[in-house]
Amino acid sequence: MPTAVRPVRIIVAKVGLDGHDRGVKVVARALRDAGYEVIYTGLRQTPEMVVDAALQEDAQVVGLSIHSGAHMTLFPAVVDELKRRKATDIVVFGGGIIPDDDIAALKKRGVAEIFTPGTPLQEIVDWLRKRFPDEKTPKR
Amino acid sequence: MRALARAITLVERRDPSVRDLEAALRTQARAPGVAGFTGAPGTGKSTLVDAVVALLRQKQRSVAVLATDPNSPFTGGAILGDRIRMQRHALDTKVFIRSMGARGHLGGLSLATREAIRLLGAFGFDEVILETVGVGQSELEVAAVADTTVVVLTPNLGDSVQMIKAGILEIADVFVVNKADIDGHLRVIAELRAMLNLAPRQGWKAPIIATVATRQDGVEQLWEAVLAHRRHLETTGRAKELAEKRLRDETAEVAAELARQRARQALEEDPRLAERLLEDGTPYRTAEEILKRSANR
Repeated sequence: MPTAVRPVRIIVAKVGLDGHDRGVKVVARALRDAGYEVIYTGLRQTPEMVVDAALQEDAQVVGLSIHSGAHMTLFPAVVDELKRRKATDIVVFGGGIIPDDDIAALKKRGVAEIFTPGTPLQEIVDWLRKRFPDEKTPKR
Repeated sequence: MRALARAITLVERRDPSVRDLEAALRTQARAPGVAGFTGAPGTGKSTLVDAVVALLRQKQRSVAVLATDPNSPFTGGAILGDRIRMQRHALDTKVFIRSMGARGHLGGLSLATREAIRLLGAFGFDEVILETVGVGQSELEVAAVADTTVVVLTPNLGDSVQMIKAGILEIADVFVVNKADIDGHLRVIAELRAMLNLAPRQGWKAPIIATVATRQDGVEQLWEAVLAHRRHLETTGRAKELAEKRLRDETAEVAAELARQRARQALEEDPRLAERLLEDGTPYRTAEEILKRSANR
């Protein structure tokens, strides 16, 4: 029986007190155009809300966006919440204005990848394709 | 919760293991009430659904929302944004929200939706709300699945001709004129009423409810109307008829799905069949041959 291909579902969220959502919308759009199902949850999310949405939506990936400078608190909080809910298979990546030193520290804390301003959108898509080679985007 | 979310993914993928899962859950199956909300983009469906969820939670009912957004016909990708309006219910374990891409699965939206509803019932949800953008086929599919279809309109959507064009008069059990704090809402209501009087329906007369979803205004009346329609279905025996019809429809869809798979398989595995098809140039003889063969299996 031919099974339908599984679309990669991505939760995209703005965590914390940060209203700058233009970047995240551009990324969401790029992921959509690359054939992913993107679930955008909006502004001012807590780590608990993001993880809850990821579980309900059965997403494989969580993309976090932040420009407030609170990434060292909020990104690991999402990773920890995923651990607490026994959902460590869900991959977390992030983007925003994040210094190089912090990027290394975040990766150590379980964030899979960080993209900073100026990253070509295709680079994010390529990273996802490499990360999920078997998963196909939905068929028309 | 993750088990339910995973199961819905299987349903969306049309995974064969769903069959066993459904059989196992059959004993626990309890049919939830199903209300479908549809309307043009920007009419405030998500906000309205959010308001209804809030009301139902006050009444201690558990609610699941299946929100459908279109996939791009070009890339298959989608941005599913209905959760944004429903964030106040995050972390409420009695509220489950799932976004579905309308084209992300084979076998059609209605098939996946029906199975998802059964799963939600088995997992103990009292009410299921379906939300779809009324811009194509999906709202008709949802109307076929929901017990009660709520059509959401707003002021300034266009003149009364738009209403006849869209074919929404036929599928609505309840009309909502949302954003009723905007000028022109009385005119929409009057035009709608006039339109409905031109073609009176037998039995149930779809009520028109004015709401301002952002302020929770009229939401109680809206839910009363949904419940009144539900009672109407019960007392007239229509509920039973609909349930039986749905099961027949669903069976036909499943049969069609199986036949389609077998046909594809036959054409791939049997080069002679494929060759003759090319000679014929038309599909009928080959299609019948395939059906005959699969009947003999």
